[in-house]
Amino acid sequence: MKLTGAQILMKMLKEEGVDTIFGFPGGVVIDIYDELTKTDIKHILVRHEQGAVHAADGYARASGKVGVCLVTSGPGATNTVTGIACAYMDSIPMVIFTGQVPTQLIGNDAFQEVDIVGITRPCTKHNYLVKRTEDLARVVKEAFVIAASGRPGPVLIDIPKDVSSTKITYKEPKKIELKSYNPTYSPNMKQLHKAVKLIKNAKKPIVFAGGGVVLSKGSKELTELAHKTQTPVTCSLMGLGVFPGTDRLWLGMVGMHGTYRANMCTGDCDLIVAVGVRFDDRVTGKIDTFAPNAKIVHIDIDPTSIRKNIPVTVPIVGDCKITLSLLNKLLDKEDLGNLKTKRKKWLDQVEKWKRTTPLAYKQKNIIKPQYVVEKLYELTKGKAIITTEVGQNQMWAAQYYHFKKPNHFITSGGLGVMGFGLPAAIGAQLACPGKLVVDIAGDGSIQMNIQEMATAVQYGLPVKIVILNNQYLGMVRQWQELFYDKRYSGTNMEHAPDFVKLAEAYGAVGLRATKPEEVESVLKKGLSSPKTVIMEFVVEREECVYPMVPAGAAITEMLLA
Amino acid sequence: MNEQKHILSILVENKPGVLSRIVGLFSGRGYNIESLCVAETMDPLVSRITLVTMADTPVVEQIVKQLHKLINVIKVYELTGSSYVQREMSLIKIQAKPEYRAEILRIVDIFRCKVVDVGQEHYTLEVTGDEGKMTAILNLLKPIGIKEIAKTGIIALFRESNGGLKDKD
Repeated sequence: MKLTGAQILMKMLKEEGVDTIFGFPGGVVIDIYDELTKTDIKHILVRHEQGAVHAADGYARASGKVGVCLVTSGPGATNTVTGIACAYMDSIPMVIFTGQVPTQLIGNDAFQEVDIVGITRPCTKHNYLVKRTEDLARVVKEAFVIAASGRPGPVLIDIPKDVSSTKITYKEPKKIELKSYNPTYSPNMKQLHKAVKLIKNAKKPIVFAGGGVVLSKGSKELTELAHKTQTPVTCSLMGLGVFPGTDRLWLGMVGMHGTYRANMCTGDCDLIVAVGVRFDDRVTGKIDTFAPNAKIVHIDIDPTSIRKNIPVTVPIVGDCKITLSLLNKLLDKEDLGNLKTKRKKWLDQVEKWKRTTPLAYKQKNIIKPQYVVEKLYELTKGKAIITTEVGQNQMWAAQYYHFKKPNHFITSGGLGVMGFGLPAAIGAQLACPGKLVVDIAGDGSIQMNIQEMATAVQYGLPVKIVILNNQYLGMVRQWQELFYDKRYSGTNMEHAPDFVKLAEAYGAVGLRATKPEEVESVLKKGLSSPKTVIMEFVVEREECVYPMVPAGAAITEMLLA
Repeated sequence: MNEQKHILSILVENKPGVLSRIVGLFSGRGYNIESLCVAETMDPLVSRITLVTMADTPVVEQIVKQLHKLINVIKVYELTGSSYVQREMSLIKIQAKPEYRAEILRIVDIFRCKVVDVGQEHYTLEVTGDEGKMTAILNLLKPIGIKEIAKTGIIALFRESNGGLKDKD
């Protein structure tokens, strides 16, 4: 069978079960786009390539499938870099196809030529430049395997124009054999037994879960472990949703803007069972004062995550879900004693922290951003898929929206990309057409990828955008207020577009609330609309996110107001 | 910090861009490279990289794990701490005025190296050995006047337990 590279690519995408591609065409991918129309794969035309990658990212996070995007060479390719780095930091499975100038022109500084494989080498799990059409099928197959297995991540495939247009006799690629790539899924049982012993003897344990649990779909097993051992649970930003935010054992998020009780727990506990986390600096605070009394069991599929930032008592390399279910089985065979009495003192202490120092704000006559998120939570009964931008909006979303299930909080955790939320919401909405998808945004970050409004409207995607407008780059302003004597350098955003008119200009619905009593009605009206909606909330300008651990301080040293 | 010299022997797929991935890993994560040698093994699809780095124990553990994580890396051996043989080769161009020629040749003899190029005013020596030998000969030659030097960097292999020397790869 004679096929062109572009035809082979379509065949491979169908085999991988790809149903949606986010992209933006250009000169060197015309052949691929031409073939795309002959398939039933849905193509979502974004307005900027960064939007394509974040949308594929949101799609992957909401669906658990591999996100796919397709862009042209040169600027098309370089525009994807932020999105790729974001997916790499958060371990999101994704395959990015970039066009490249014809092979005979590579290296000649041809029009729209850039060495994207060189540029993305440090921010992809792996990448390829395909130089022969004969290699294309194998490379695509490998890329999907690499992207989705082990610790997932983005894989980029650079396809020169002639590789996609050349016709060859197509041969089915052989079974993929990656000589050295063999992620460890099953944990070492000896290590698991050590963990069981520590869990059994702990007096003040906590479970600390992260994005790895979401990726391995281990939420059920994690919840079982916590209940079985009566251990309170905290999460990193990336882990939110793997443990129900309404559970009695839920501590809230840990870290720089974590809850008082979660942060105090890390200071006081004698055991941390860390699952699918990497002890990022936003979690640990000053590293040598982190969890001074605790032994640490660290479960992760990526050996480099273990002992990278903190010393660990029992390292366990393995898939979170598999490891947790084995751990649960081992614990079932153990006599854990009467946990109710054994844990009483510890859980009472946690409860006391919660009572004395809860997350709090006072709603007066100007809208508080926290109030908007809390109302949104009430009205959506905690069931919406929430995407966020980055900064204060992200932290308030994490604090005041109590997630019940994984894959419902979609945020740029590691790289912290402003402009992530709207395209990610578009991707999530395409992955889950029947679901309510809300982007919680600030007035600063929404403007970084606002052009994707057009994408949402073009495809009739009813995403809801909640803009908490304080006319500042709020998080930097907060640092300036607290640590730089209120010298607001470069953070004043007084001039912004009229977001209501902007929404209308894009063909969406625009709503605005300026008073606290309008919040609920605007939310109700916006959420019930079948269209793309921007809801702007003019909020208290100088509100801060609390608690806050100043950079470089111990995680238990929090500013509370 | 207890920084120590570590010799890593890394087997990689012999493909374009692989060396760049390894070097990029080191520069991107702030590790250092003291020396680096790369060449094909008996299997033309596999190359061996011998890399010397200065790092303390936790860092070298991270380096090894990070290297393993690269898709094209097949195996990483840390030689330091076990029994291994190491060699380095240098080409040393040295001023060879008539009055020093006899002295230089004596040193060449003692260190069992070779003169590979002779000119009116210079000798070029080929020296092979471990680091100790390299330092010793350089110290002796310096006062005579070294014009230029080219070093290969260290290459190394495990000693087999039966004492033999084989390159399985």
